[in-house]
Amino acid sequence: MSTPAEHPEVLPEEHPVAPYIRTDRMPHIWCPTCGIGTVVKCFATALAESGLDLNKVSVVSGIGCTGRVAGYMKLDGFHTTHGRAIPFATGLKLGRPELLVTVFSGDGDLVGIGGNHFIHAARRNMDLLVILVNNFIYGMTGGQNAATTPLTAKTSTMPYGNFERAFNLPQLAASCGATYVARWTCLHIRRLTKAFGEALKRRGFRFIEVITPCATLYARLNKLGSGLDLMRFYHDNAEIRHGADTREVGIAFQDRIVCGKFVDEEQPSFLEMMHEHYRKTLGSKYVPTPPEGGWLHE
Amino acid sequence: MKYWRKPLDFGDVKVPHGEVRILVERCKGCGFCVEYCPKDVLVMSEEFNKKGYHPPKVVKAGECVNCNLCEMICPDFAIFSVAVSDGDAAGAAGSSPEAAGADPRPPERELRRA
Ligand code: SF4
Ligand code: SF4
Ligand code: SF4
Repeated sequence: MSTPAEHPEVLPEEHPVAPYIRTDRMPHIWCPTCGIGTVVKCFATALAESGLDLNKVSVVSGIGCTGRVAGYMKLDGFHTTHGRAIPFATGLKLGRPELLVTVFSGDGDLVGIGGNHFIHAARRNMDLLVILVNNFIYGMTGGQNAATTPLTAKTSTMPYGNFERAFNLPQLAASCGATYVARWTCLHIRRLTKAFGEALKRRGFRFIEVITPCATLYARLNKLGSGLDLMRFYHDNAEIRHGADTREVGIAFQDRIVCGKFVDEEQPSFLEMMHEHYRKTLGSKYVPTPPEGGWLHE
Repeated sequence: MKYWRKPLDFGDVKVPHGEVRILVERCKGCGFCVEYCPKDVLVMSEEFNKKGYHPPKVVKAGECVNCNLCEMICPDFAIFSVAVSDGDAAGAAGSSPEAAGADPRPPERELRRA
């Protein structure tokens, strides 16, 4: 029974993740030792533990390797154009406020191409859970330099090493007004799942950065081995510091990665501020969107 | 497991037992499950699946503690563990018909995770 050939027949529907992913689309396109699938599994587990009605959860992705998540999860989702996951999700949340809207995309999509949307959604404290899978490079498009590529790392457009300074994403999110900011690697499966579960229950702009290995481009161009070698690197170099000053959590090339929950605070979200403001200024003339989504729902 | 002193509640503590299920054709041979299984239940197999990857295989079936770490870390949704309720090694060997047809999400596991 121990060899695959003799192993009892296992059906894909038996896997505990089956209710959350589109089984007919498996195997997915992600490379061997890519970590995106692990992040999806952690998110699916957090959803399962939260007991949320899956008809009320939606996931929006942009373009890129991580952009595939919206298509692979068995949730209402939308695969938007490059960088536009957050504006689409903002519209979705405002039109259907009863939905729990999740943005699941990569670093290139969310803070490179769509960086402007990111900072303004954080500033407005828009009710979105933003899961950013950071592999330090543009994966699907061919390994170009990203806004998150650490100094001196090699990319296909910086073959002699990157000389641009990289974003420190927790600091970016926190300074723009995000009310929940955390960072984990995809090796921290339990803590990441817990962070997802916590963020699912919060309101406002919640940002979780997940460091994942990109074996095919980032690791190959920098001669770092496989994704498994990067997982071992995370094991040795991740440092958990809850509540760390986000100014000090920037990531240098192959250096320590500070993980943890950095910000967790209650602030009025965009919708709450809007309702309150109009109630104050318009009084009885103001008819707020019903929590169940108004006429769209009839 | 070796103890330098027998724990006082030794008789009461039940180590959960699990059985690993592998969706061989989904596996991309990344080795995460083999590397991180705390009980070294798995090794990479010499065999190929249809896509030419080496899936893991079970070498210490009775050792699995149903921690589901392999299931959580697998990026390809290719492996999972199920609880073996009677907790004996015979059940963990996967030969009992009731284990093969068991509900993939038995209640014990839900409780343990909560
Ligand atoms: S290119 Fe990189 S990020 Fe994209 S699927 Fe492959 S390993 Fe993952
Ligand atoms: S459930 Fe835990 S002990 Fe069992 S094979 Fe998986 S990782 Fe190893
Ligand atoms: S973690 Fe999953 S994909 Fe990787 S070797 Fe194990 S079963 Fe295969």
